[in-house]
Amino acid sequence: MSFIENLPFLSVVLFLFAAVVCSVLKPKAARIFTTAVEAVVIAFSVATLLYTRGTGTFFRYNMGHFDAPWSNQLRAGVLDALAAFTFSSVLLLSHIGGIRYAKIDIEPKKQNSYCTLLNLIGAALMALSYTNDLFTGYVFLEILTLSSCGILVIRRQGRTTLSAARYMVINLLGSGLFLLGVSLFYGTTGHLLMEYIKTGVETLDATGEYQIPLTVTIGLVSSGLAIKAGLFPFHTWMPDTYGTATPTSSAVLSGIVSKGYIFLLIKIMYRVAGTGTVAMTAARHILYVFGMAGIIMGSFWAIKSKYLNRMIAYSSAAQIGYIFVGIGLGGEAGFRAAMFQLIAHAFTKPLLFLAGARLSESSGDSLLFSDLQGAAHRNRAAGAAFAVGAFSMVGIPTLAGFSTKLYFAVAAIEHGTLVDFATLGVLAVSTLLNALYFMRTVIRIYTPSPAPTPLPTFEPSPDKSDPGLVCAVGFAAGILFLGLFPGTVSSLIISGLSMFG
Amino acid sequence: MGNLLYNYEEATALILFSIGFVTLLFHRNMIRKLIGMNIMDSGIYLFLASMGYIYDRRAPIVEGGDTNPVNYINPVPASLVLTGIVVSVSVTAVMLSLAVRLYERYHTLNLDEIYAMSRRRAEHR
Amino acid sequence: MKLKDDFKKWLSYDLDLDEEPTMPEPIEFDDEAPEITIWHRLRQQGAHRKLYYVVAVICSAVLAFTLILTVSGMPRYGEDAEFMDTVTYEYLAHGMEYTGAVNIVSGIILEYRAFDTLGESFVLFCAVTCVLVLLRLDDEADSSAPSYHDLTHDIVLRRTARAIIPLIFVFGIYVLLNGHLSPGGGFSGGAVLGAGIILLSSAYGEEASGKFVTERTFRIVTTSALLFYCVGKSYTFYTGANGIETFIGNGRPGDILSAGLILPLNVAVGLVVACTMYGIYRMFKERRF
Repeated sequence: MSFIENLPFLSVVLFLFAAVVCSVLKPKAARIFTTAVEAVVIAFSVATLLYTRGTGTFFRYNMGHFDAPWSNQLRAGVLDALAAFTFSSVLLLSHIGGIRYAKIDIEPKKQNSYCTLLNLIGAALMALSYTNDLFTGYVFLEILTLSSCGILVIRRQGRTTLSAARYMVINLLGSGLFLLGVSLFYGTTGHLLMEYIKTGVETLDATGEYQIPLTVTIGLVSSGLAIKAGLFPFHTWMPDTYGTATPTSSAVLSGIVSKGYIFLLIKIMYRVAGTGTVAMTAARHILYVFGMAGIIMGSFWAIKSKYLNRMIAYSSAAQIGYIFVGIGLGGEAGFRAAMFQLIAHAFTKPLLFLAGARLSESSGDSLLFSDLQGAAHRNRAAGAAFAVGAFSMVGIPTLAGFSTKLYFAVAAIEHGTLVDFATLGVLAVSTLLNALYFMRTVIRIYTPSPAPTPLPTFEPSPDKSDPGLVCAVGFAAGILFLGLFPGTVSSLIISGLSMFG
Repeated sequence: MGNLLYNYEEATALILFSIGFVTLLFHRNMIRKLIGMNIMDSGIYLFLASMGYIYDRRAPIVEGGDTNPVNYINPVPASLVLTGIVVSVSVTAVMLSLAVRLYERYHTLNLDEIYAMSRRRAEHR
Repeated sequence: MKLKDDFKKWLSYDLDLDEEPTMPEPIEFDDEAPEITIWHRLRQQGAHRKLYYVVAVICSAVLAFTLILTVSGMPRYGEDAEFMDTVTYEYLAHGMEYTGAVNIVSGIILEYRAFDTLGESFVLFCAVTCVLVLLRLDDEADSSAPSYHDLTHDIVLRRTARAIIPLIFVFGIYVLLNGHLSPGGGFSGGAVLGAGIILLSSAYGEEASGKFVTERTFRIVTTSALLFYCVGKSYTFYTGANGIETFIGNGRPGDILSAGLILPLNVAVGLVVACTMYGIYRMFKERRF
């Protein structure tokens, strides 16, 4: 066995280890240590990605001395490693990009707790990417929920506590449904490892036994994870949550936490329920309808919004809708579009939040659009970064959003006629709406202020170590790569999906 | 109705689950939501525990070197419940401290009133 | 034409679609959801409560009906379902031999499914971190710490506590150390110990409980126990996955010193749980250590 096969397990344990260590370190040391651990995990993910791509197959990793149906297990293929790479690199970039605000927003003695919570989020996301066991999935799901609540409330000002309460209530509903679904899976198949459940499900499907429990189970698991990810009727916590947290937390929550749930859902569809079973098809169709509704309604509320952060947050609701439309379209093309959108959005949304925070800082800490006029002239780097993110959201060619929309169109055309037209129509309308509200914002921030503004102009803070530029360049590089070389990523996703089931 | 008359214990557990779920979703008071969450989780644990029970068998603690599996009940649900209980204790602690913070800031635990108060204070961030 | 004008206004921010209604009455739900007005009207008529209950009852009934339908399609209660036996029988038949634990459930949670349990301890750690973040008041000048009913002068509590605290501690330690032999283990034993310390603290004040747990011991014990857990379990995972023989033996099942790493891990988990329980209690009571 190659040593590289240990890396998935090591990435989880390294994050857990770092979480404990950070709780006793001094703030600065904790920050440096966390950054180092995140960088190491990125390297691990890249190595796993290259290894699985080279061997052309996945590998399993038993957690302990016992063999498959009896012990916990990890399983890594190209797609798992790609997700792990996305999660860890976005975590690192968001962390360093928001350090400047974390220092202001968080009380000095709680700085190291923030690093602990970020590490726990990292560990949970790595475990969700690699796990092959449903109950392990549940446990790390709860770590993800609790620690994301922690990074939200660590900023004491404003209505963060209220947002956290709403966030937790919705998430607990989702967790409850998911746990009941996992219990029912165990009750009908007698297994908790994903492939073994699938064998059981296929047997039951063939014999026609336990049809109702199976359908309900799949419904519970899908709806639980969709609620946690913030699909349309359950998106109401998003503007509060993303809009009130400290910028790093907004970036992490919108960029990767909700994606962790969706990745687990895709994994369950492929590896547990089987995308083709009757119940799964029904569940996918329901997700498709709500995804479409989410796209339109999210854009609609984003247009109505008059605060920058709330607008970006509502646009998240629309983008999550895209992912679920991809899942609902199904087939290789649909899941490819969903995965591509997952990665593209994970790189774009944090950039918008972090650039938006700097724009608002240069406009006297106001998030009102009317105060943001000319902000891009006060902070040129942030303005450029925001423009790149916004253009990608709209779908300008050479940027990530364009490739995403292309893959969605391809997936829709491969489908039947009615669905085909509906999806393309929603895509067109949503692109128009996106262009409307993002272009308006870009124009607004690039319009010079009419009079000598009373707002304080941007001054580089005395603390020279703000690595915001590094983070912006990192995100922009990711977006450009996804836009210029969509074929590379797409072939990775396709080969990952083929070894996913 | 299939096995409903045999599975009355599971049915009770899942009725508990739905009561808890609806309480968590619809009640406006933080503490009641929290109680709803605990009822919901207890329902799931009862469901798991009753799924593992088998008539006339002992708890899975080996006595006198007797390792014949047909003498013991299913140990897996017990271990899942053990894990699950710790999770719900943790979540309860976090939710209670959120309730404490909310009460300190708004002097009520009714979420309707808290929203209204937050709006009146124009807390947009 | 009106639309065009409105659009121009919207572009230049003169049209305020997102107007903030300044109502004296409390209003409901999402700030920007269009239902607000209807909901608000219902609330003023006092009908919202009724609607609320009706919706809740309907939801509850639908959910319960679906789930009962599910249950009636499940395998029968109290009968041995054959498809479960692949996993279960292996645990029951060989669990004691392979893990050394007489209590099969202990063997499962700390050997077979140890990764879940590792995650579970970290859920607890995550919760205590969140509670510290939420409730801790660092500013000594901040007098917003809650006042509470001081029980240290309650003679009934003090006498009862004096009588039962030793028993609680002995019982907790017993449960902790016999986790691999009898029902119990780290989590239950730790919870009993934590409850004992909390009782001590409420009956005799923190001078008494401070002999067991201060902030310093809390940090040291939690950190070192979790690190030990992490490292110990990683060793098992690593050797297990790579097919390396471990040097940790299982001993003779039934002995107190048996079952490999299960006993030390139980002790570590128990210490973490006891400290966490007490830490959370202190946070709620005093908002600081």
